[in-house]
Amino acid sequence: MSPLARIEDLHISFGGVAAANGVSFTVERGEFLALIGPNGAGKTTALRLVAGLLRPDRGCVVFDDHDVSALPVHARVRLGIGFTHQTVRPFYGFSTIENVMLAAGHGRTASPWRAITSRSRAAARDKACAILDRFGLGTQAEQSPRALPLGQRKRLEVARAIALDPRLLLLDEPLAGLSSAEATTMADLIRTLPAQGITVVLVEHNLGEVLRVADRLVVLDAGKVMAQGAPQEVMARDDVRQAYTGVV
Amino acid sequence: MSAYIASLVSVIGINLILALSLNIITGFCGQVSLGHAAFYGLGAYTAAYLAKLGAPLPVNLLAGTAMAGAIGIVVGLTSLRVRHDFLAVTTMGIGFVFLGFVRKQKWLGGELGISGIPGPGLDAVSYALLIVVFALTVMGFSLWIKQSWMGFTFDAVAGDEDAARTVGVNVSTYKLTAFGIGTALAGLAGGLYIYFARIILPDTFDFVQSIAILTMVVIGGTGSVWGVFASTIALTLLPEVSRAAADYRLLVFGTMLILVMRFSPSGLAGLVRRRPA
Repeated sequence: MSPLARIEDLHISFGGVAAANGVSFTVERGEFLALIGPNGAGKTTALRLVAGLLRPDRGCVVFDDHDVSALPVHARVRLGIGFTHQTVRPFYGFSTIENVMLAAGHGRTASPWRAITSRSRAAARDKACAILDRFGLGTQAEQSPRALPLGQRKRLEVARAIALDPRLLLLDEPLAGLSSAEATTMADLIRTLPAQGITVVLVEHNLGEVLRVADRLVVLDAGKVMAQGAPQEVMARDDVRQAYTGVV
Repeated sequence: MSAYIASLVSVIGINLILALSLNIITGFCGQVSLGHAAFYGLGAYTAAYLAKLGAPLPVNLLAGTAMAGAIGIVVGLTSLRVRHDFLAVTTMGIGFVFLGFVRKQKWLGGELGISGIPGPGLDAVSYALLIVVFALTVMGFSLWIKQSWMGFTFDAVAGDEDAARTVGVNVSTYKLTAFGIGTALAGLAGGLYIYFARIILPDTFDFVQSIAILTMVVIGGTGSVWGVFASTIALTLLPEVSRAAADYRLLVFGTMLILVMRFSPSGLAGLVRRRPA
């Protein structure tokens, strides 16, 4: 079976500095892949290129055998590429459940015509309720996201992405800023996603949690893939340890 | 119903369509427009020109609506490139371009506008009722949009465009839809206006008119259909019941805008919501 996504020779520069300098890797169906590397390695840039938030100077992103390089963000989301921002961006004018409902009703928002001819929100509410319960936010459903602490807002961000029924979910540092207990809770939640048919690509600095949840690692350094493979195998490599931790 | 009351009802109905149409663009979808009177004018000029050629009322209303909506979508394209204050300035410019154009067109009557527009074939009272039917239909349509998934999606676009994209919303399409619907309805108001006034002058569609429409929306509460309904009726009647308000219309409207922005940015609707139970 072909991989779910192929990232091929992506290049992008900002002010002459190459943030991605020929990044290539594949994402297999149903796996939990983590992109790791030192600060400035180009992990978030690679994720944003796959999501469509950035357009590459060169290279392409193939998703489910279709070249999606020219597609805007919303079109990639509708094809099944979901993502979450490192800095959470809920709709502050909506309640917590409405944030998830909008995503859960993605079929109804596909076009203005579908949207104007659809009124019932019951199905989207039921789906959103179930997802919020799974993410431990059931009792906060009617609250404004402003009232939620960071850990819960991060969970809301992932819950909203899940409500879109993605086949590939790109998570940009979902554990950043969380306490150790919150990070473990979040990691436990996202590690269950492949079992639900969602392939995950995680960018994360919390190496302990990454090693606990990832099936495979891709190590980036200076905008290039330096190593990839099984976590223990990759982390045993001297060049990776030196680049990532500064220790041989 | 006396001729005076019929005239007042007609003006309220037309203003209601104008305010509700701007409310779809600004209130629902969060796109600032300071040139809404231009689309009112586009509808009026299109309908008046065709009426003078002998076309019947339904055709003229439809043509005015379609013309304003089509140009509105083109103008809406600018909203895909610029946001907030830049969009405000751009739409204000559209208003000036419209006025500058019609004032120089002899075939549109130039500075003197178009006069001698044939009547609607109805007496004043019946025509006022026809306008009311249109206004209530637009109001019902606005309430429908607000409660549909389109209203929900407009809210998301108004709140955070980038976040809306991450939930698969084609923000550009929704913005253009808001501009298309809002400006088309302003064109409908223009078409209805010509059979009421029987003469149109360029100054009727100037910047002051755009601000007057915006005032009705802001004071009612941007996005609130019932708030805009109440404020439009109140602001249309105000100059009728107070001579001073009529003489100092701009001053009164401007002061109200400042007070609302300072003390209740969400307008009358916000005041109602905040009232203790």
